[in-house]
Order: sequence, then structure tokens, then C-alpha cells
Amino acid sequence: MPSIVKPLVTHPSLVRNELGLTIRDYEGSMSTLCAGCGHDSITAAIIRALWELSVEPCMLAKLSGIGCSSKTPTYFVGGAHGFNSAHGRMPAIATGANAANRTLTYLGVSGDGDSLSIGIGHLSHAIRRNLNMLYVLENNGVYGLTKGQFSASSDVGSKSKKGEANKMSPIDPVQLALTLGATFVARSFSGDKAQLVPILKAGLAHRGFALVDVISPCVTFNDHEGSTKSYKYTRGKHHIATESDFVPHANEIVGEIGPVGATTIQMHDGSSLRFTKVPEGYDVTDRMAAMEYLRAHQGEVVTGVLFADESVPEMHEMNNTPAEPLGSLPFSKLCPGSGALAELMADFR
Amino acid sequence: MNPSDTGNPAYYHKVVDCQWACPAHTNVPEYIRLIAQGRYGDAYMLNRESNVFPAILGRTCDRPCEPACRRGRLPSLAGEGLEKPVAICRLKRVAADHHGDISARLPQAPEKKNGKRVACVGAGPASLTVANDLMPHGYSVTMFEKYDKPGGLMRTNIPSFRLPEQVLAEETSAILDMGVDIRYNSPVSSLKALLDEGYDAVFIGSGAPRGKDLDLPGRYDADGNSTPNIHIGIDWLGSLAFGHIDSIGEKVLIIGVGNTAMDCCRSARRLGGKDVKVMARRPRQFFKASPWELEDAEEEQIDIVINHAPKRFVVEDGKLVGMEFERLEWDADAKRSTIIDSVILPCDDVILAIGQENAFPWIERDLGLDFGKWDMPVVDKTTHQSTLPGVFFGGDAAWGPNNIIWAVEHGHQAAISIDRHCQGTPVTDRPAWGMNLVSQKMGISEWSYSNDYEKAARQKMKHVDLVQRFEDLHVEVELGFTPEQVAREVERCLNCDVETAFTDKLCIECDACIDICPVQCLTITPDAPEPELRTKLSAPAVNPNQALFASLALPQTSRLMVKDEDVCVHCGLCAERCPTAAWDMQKFQLLISYAGTPVTGGTL
Repeated sequence: MPSIVKPLVTHPSLVRNELGLTIRDYEGSMSTLCAGCGHDSITAAIIRALWELSVEPCMLAKLSGIGCSSKTPTYFVGGAHGFNSAHGRMPAIATGANAANRTLTYLGVSGDGDSLSIGIGHLSHAIRRNLNMLYVLENNGVYGLTKGQFSASSDVGSKSKKGEANKMSPIDPVQLALTLGATFVARSFSGDKAQLVPILKAGLAHRGFALVDVISPCVTFNDHEGSTKSYKYTRGKHHIATESDFVPHANEIVGEIGPVGATTIQMHDGSSLRFTKVPEGYDVTDRMAAMEYLRAHQGEVVTGVLFADESVPEMHEMNNTPAEPLGSLPFSKLCPGSGALAELMADFR
Repeated sequence: MNPSDTGNPAYYHKVVDCQWACPAHTNVPEYIRLIAQGRYGDAYMLNRESNVFPAILGRTCDRPCEPACRRGRLPSLAGEGLEKPVAICRLKRVAADHHGDISARLPQAPEKKNGKRVACVGAGPASLTVANDLMPHGYSVTMFEKYDKPGGLMRTNIPSFRLPEQVLAEETSAILDMGVDIRYNSPVSSLKALLDEGYDAVFIGSGAPRGKDLDLPGRYDADGNSTPNIHIGIDWLGSLAFGHIDSIGEKVLIIGVGNTAMDCCRSARRLGGKDVKVMARRPRQFFKASPWELEDAEEEQIDIVINHAPKRFVVEDGKLVGMEFERLEWDADAKRSTIIDSVILPCDDVILAIGQENAFPWIERDLGLDFGKWDMPVVDKTTHQSTLPGVFFGGDAAWGPNNIIWAVEHGHQAAISIDRHCQGTPVTDRPAWGMNLVSQKMGISEWSYSNDYEKAARQKMKHVDLVQRFEDLHVEVELGFTPEQVAREVERCLNCDVETAFTDKLCIECDACIDICPVQCLTITPDAPEPELRTKLSAPAVNPNQALFASLALPQTSRLMVKDEDVCVHCGLCAERCPTAAWDMQKFQLLISYAGTPVTGGTL
């Protein structure tokens, strides 16, 4: 436990967002994770992204499962709704919550164990449904909370703290999401907020399921020589495929589109995602090309928004659900009575 | 930018804003922690090392430390605006009020003298400091004082309701009782005669004893005699201190608005002045008096009148009846004024408190001791030596009126020079200053100092009520802090001497320190020239008086760790969240050299 709670005193030049809130208003409780944990950096990036987007704390739902990563929603936006679910069940709870109230912003935080082992089925179906949420996968390639076993994302040959090499092939959440038809797929690194913050903002603005795989070194169990998820290894193999710059709808300046060769993707809310340094031939809207690119750069940590598609309907559009939260519908409409049920049943006879 | 040289004591010294601003470099945070622990005697002795007169200064210091206090640059959590600085001066008084028996810990002079004789002219703070520093090394100090009591301007110019006689006596005695040969009622009338007595060194700490006059119509009669009831402020305060006067008229005008004016007006209230006005030429923000002294005066129903320039004394039948002023209107920065009209304010007495001057009629001009501009002696800024080797100056006598704490520092520096002069070593070689840095880590998330941020507002000093304080001239107005106030105020100190010490080769650039810092001090950034870096940090580094710390290139990315020292609250969370102990909280102790410290190297 930290000796003190982060003092409330601030820098005198602290700025306020459109809601009149400072970035400090988006903080939560003190982290009890290990000092230097990548997850804490991601928490800081989430705080910055939500503050910059002026997300109203009471309109945010933060959800998680079990694991070190899943502790982190406590550490940001103390004023938001939160649900800490059973292991791997965060996508299911998020689906239910989103079905009932589509007006909230959904932000799920999970880890490689929670998402790629016990929860992989739920993750797959949330992707399939194109559930409108930002899904942050804090990926450290190790079961930190149970003291350092290999996880489903550990690379072949990556060494445990005791020096044993992993033999089983990893599941790459990015490739998994691409094959399952995810509509927004990105990867970033906890040690690179300049990239991570705009990606998180884009993921929040995306209509549908946004998966952001964030390499997040475990300082205690997976930051040693021979690890492929350490700060040092990630920095050495870091390959920025797309450098993204999120342009909020309200602040967009027409006519200021970037240099030749840049790609701009219009998000559903009118804001846009602009890629300023796209590798030659990289088409962020081409799923097959994205997969091909990843294959060609195997062994590197390819980061950036790797695929985005704003044309696919999200869960509510597919199911033709009402625009307002179910809780705000009159009871008579929500439960039209036995007459209506009988009529419906008659349709199936 | 160039990596910061934290091996130079000056780097961390500058981070301790109060200690840096204090002319005598008092170790403020350490003595505040000692007070917090109830170790008042230790706190007093630590103070005494550098400022010699903690009880006196705890009441009268000009407090250059307080405007410098880092706390004053932080936004207030209680309301609008910025925090008020820690009440450093008043905490010093707490240490003095409760120090208990410290007699065994005071410096002592050895039985065996070193055979060197030093003469001090004046028994004010500068001379007393010289004696304080030299007596323990075996010097024989002879002190010449024109009055029959020691203290200099501390006695004659500061009224006893601000500085009680016994407080002054205790701290002057601590020095004189080492065996100083003090000669009272012995004004020095000839430096030549003094030099002829064969002293090894002479220190002149005779102050700036001449109050400025205001030669306006009505000041003197046709025969050149002073109009009655017009007083020179410091002389009037001196007469009061020695009991030569005990009354004043009901209507009193004080001309001038410095701290002497404040002492004059408040004294006048106690001697019978009912309608006391302080007359200022310029608007309030240009006053010389410390804001707290103005407040204390106003609390005693003293009227502070701005934009009035004295024009003439109104004298009828040889009797002062009033004073005429021109009413002024100033431009924004009070550089130029225009006269609106003139007014006559009736009065019984006028006290002139418009400044002090040096006067050295007793120094012969053919001794080889050069005088320069304004007929002031030519004195070296570092060594305090005049152009006549072996004659040193300090306090107000050196470069004109200043405050007590500067006089003390002059005394320390002059004592170093006198020691070197008497030992036959060059006075220009100054002893080096050193530092200690000690980790304050006691365990995981455990520090040896109180690292949390106390959001309490500055504690307000309680005063004796008005009726009681006017009954007796000697009733001390300030009551001192209560134990509860002390407990709060000590926690307001940010412990700026517990430094964030960085070891670049340990850093893995995880950002944990940057994320946890409550005041956005830290940034990991590619190298750039300092002016450019200042605009690119987590929060802009807008205070150019505060250093940027820059590390060497970090191992993984060759970027730099940069810290803006400006508003760091020294909470230690960066070090606490650092997985590799690249950040540590280390207590900085400045090792100040005094007379007798050997010269070992460079200077600060």
C-alpha cells in the first residue's frame, strides 16, 4: 500500500476540459499494484483519454473480470459506474449492461489471462456482436497475480523468471480479433502514451467493438532478460505500423488534412481518425492486408490502429432495439402483457 | 540541455527555497521537523548555528524565507488563489519559547587564548556574531558600545512590545558571557586611536545610526533651531528604549512607510497618541514596510494615508500645529505623479521615518581606508575587508541599512576573514561548503519524514487585546503559537530538503513516477535546449527562477528524465512508485563553513 493517498494539491496551471473538470477529477483510488506496473501507465492513459474527450464521469461504465488488470478500474474515474465481474465474464456483463442502457460509454479492462484463457469465449462473442465498447486488454504475457506462470499470450521461447522457456504457441489477441471480424483493432504499449492516448480516444469514439491490445510489462514477474514482454524487449522490437492522431468531432478544422498519403477515417460521431505515417501500401480498412502485414512482421511488436471499419452495424442496430435505455421505457411498453405475448406466440405457430 | 550537477551543494540548496533565500542559510525544514518532534532545544540550537539570535529573529526577522516558500506557489485547496507560505518565522519563535535549559550547549571560549586580539565597534547583531564565531577559537574580543547596553539597533529601534527586553538580554548574554571584553558607554571617536592600540583586526559593525531629516519650510527656525515636536524616528525610538521619553501628543503624523515608521506609529499609540496617521507618498503596493507590519499597525487603529507628499511644517508662534501635504495622483507603476491639491493636517507631533544613513565622522580619511560613492567605505563583498588590511565591515555599516539577518551573515563572513587574516592566510580563500545526502527510506512505502500534504491554512498569530496592550509599553503583542497551532503549522512544511535524487542508470522508463506525481513535475522527453524543454513538459515550466533537473541519457531510449523543481511537494510518491529505486528521497544537509573551518576546495 502506498504510504499516502496522492495529495489533492495540483500544478497551478492545471487546465479544465469542456465539462470544467481537471484531469485530477478523472482519477480513482490509489493503485495497489506493484510499483512500475505497466497497468498503472495504461490507467494514466485512460484517465487522460477520458478527460480529453470530456466524458461525463456519471455516463461511464467501467467493467472488469479478475486479475491484476481487472483491479485497475478502481484506479480511474472514481465517479463512474463500475462492475467487477467473475473471471472472464466481463464481456458478458458488458453485453447485458449495454443491452439495457446503450447511452453509457462502456470501457472494459481485462488481461491476457482473463481474455485469452478463461474468458476467450465471451470475448469472441462480444466481438461477433460488435458490442459498442472499448475493450482494453492489458497484456503482460504472464499470470502475475498467481506469481508468474506463462499465460496464453506468452511467446514461444520467452523465458520465465526462473529461466524456463515457454513451448506453447501464443494466442495473439489482434489476430484473433481480426479473424473474428472485429471492427476496430489496435495494439499499443504502456510505455508510449503519445501513441496509446489517441488510440484509446479513437476506440472510445468507434461505433462497435474496439479492441486495444496493450503490451504492459509485469515488472515483478516478466521484466527480466529473456522475456518477450519486458520494457526493454518491447522497446527493442517496437514497430509502429500506423501513427494515429485522433481528431475530435467538435475540434475538427476542415482543410487541414495531413500530408499526401495520409488516410482519414470518419468515425460514426463525425470525428475522424487520421493516419499521418502509414507504411507504404498499408490499408487500415483492409482486413486481409492487416493480417498479412502482421504475418510479415512476426517477431516484432507491431503497434498502432491496425484495422478499423465504421460500416458494420453494432449490436443494437443489428437487433433493432430502442434508442433509449430500457430502464427509461414505460412498464407497459417493456412488458406489454399476456395479450401481446399470445399474439407473438401465435406468429410462431 | 546539460545534465544537472547534483554533486554541487548549490543544486539541492537552491531547491530548499527558504534556506536559499535566508542570508544566513538557516536549515528551516530540519528545525521545523525538530519542533514537530517536540525537540525544541535541538531546533533552537540548529537555528542558532546559522542565525545566532533565534528568539530575537523569531519575532523581528524580515523573513526573506517566507515569500520564497514553495508553499506560496501552490494553488490553495481551501479557496481561490495561492497558498500562504509556512509561518517559518513564528515557528522559530516556538523553538525559542520552549527550548528549555540549553546553557550547556552554548558555545564556550577556551581557557587558553590564541593570543589574537580583535576589536569590534558597536554591539549590534553583526559585532555579536563576530564574537560568537571567534571567541570559541580562543580570540580575545573587545567590543566598544556607545550605550550602556548591548544589542545595537535591535535594542534602540525595535520597541519592547515587539521584542521584550529579557529576550534580547538572553541572546546577547549568551555571547558576551563567553568573556567578551565589552566596554559600554564607549563610543569610538577615532579609528586611528583604536588601531594604535595594536589589535590584530578591527571589525566595524557600528550600523547606520543617522536618521534622515526632512528639510522643508518650518523645520528650523530663523536661528537654525529645530522646531519642537518634530522627531527623527530612530532617535525617538532610541529615547523611548532608554526611558528618556514617556509621552507624545494626541495627534501624531509619521512621515514614511517603512518598518521603522510602523514601530514609530505603534509606539506613539502607546505613549498617548490617539489620532496617529502614517503618511505615504505612494500607493500601498509600493510600501517598504512588510505587509504583516502594516496589518499589525492597522489593527491598532493607525490610519495609513496614501498619496500624500509632505510640503511644509505649519508652525504658529514657534509651535508645530500641523503639516501641509500635496495630494498626488500616480500613474500605474507609480513612477510619475501629478499634484491634485494640497491639504493641511493638524498635529501635535511629527515623526520622520524616511530612512537611515551611515556616518563615519570618526574614521580618519588618511589611514589608507578608502571611501567611495556616497561617502561609504570601499568594502569587498566577499571578504568584508576594507582597503586597509585588517579592518573589516559588516551589518548596516558595510553597505547601508539592511536587516538583522543580513547583519548576522555579514558577521559570519567577516569572522571567517578575521580568522584567516589573524592566522596569516589569504582572506580571499574561502572555506568550501559541503553537503550530506541520506536516504529517508525506512521500508516499502515508508519514509522517515511526514510526507503527506497538510491542507490546513497558515495559522494566524494571536495577539494581546488592544486595551491590555496599550496599558503598558512593554506588553508583548504577539502571544506565540498554541500547541495546536504548532502541530498544524509544522505539517504545512513541504520538507523541500528531502530531495528527489535520481539515478539514471536504474531507470526502466515505466512512467510510474510521472503518472503518480500530483503536481506534474516529471517528464521523460527527448533532449532539447532548456528553453524549448520548458514548454514541452507534463506541465509548462513557467517559473524561470526554479531549476529544471535533467538526467543523463536513460538506458533504454536515451531520452532524459526532466523534473521541474518549481512546485514539487516532496511527497515521495515518485520514489515510492519507482520499481528500481531510480528515484529516492534523500535528506540534504548543507554543511556551512564558519570561522575556523579549513579551506578544502571551491566555494558555493
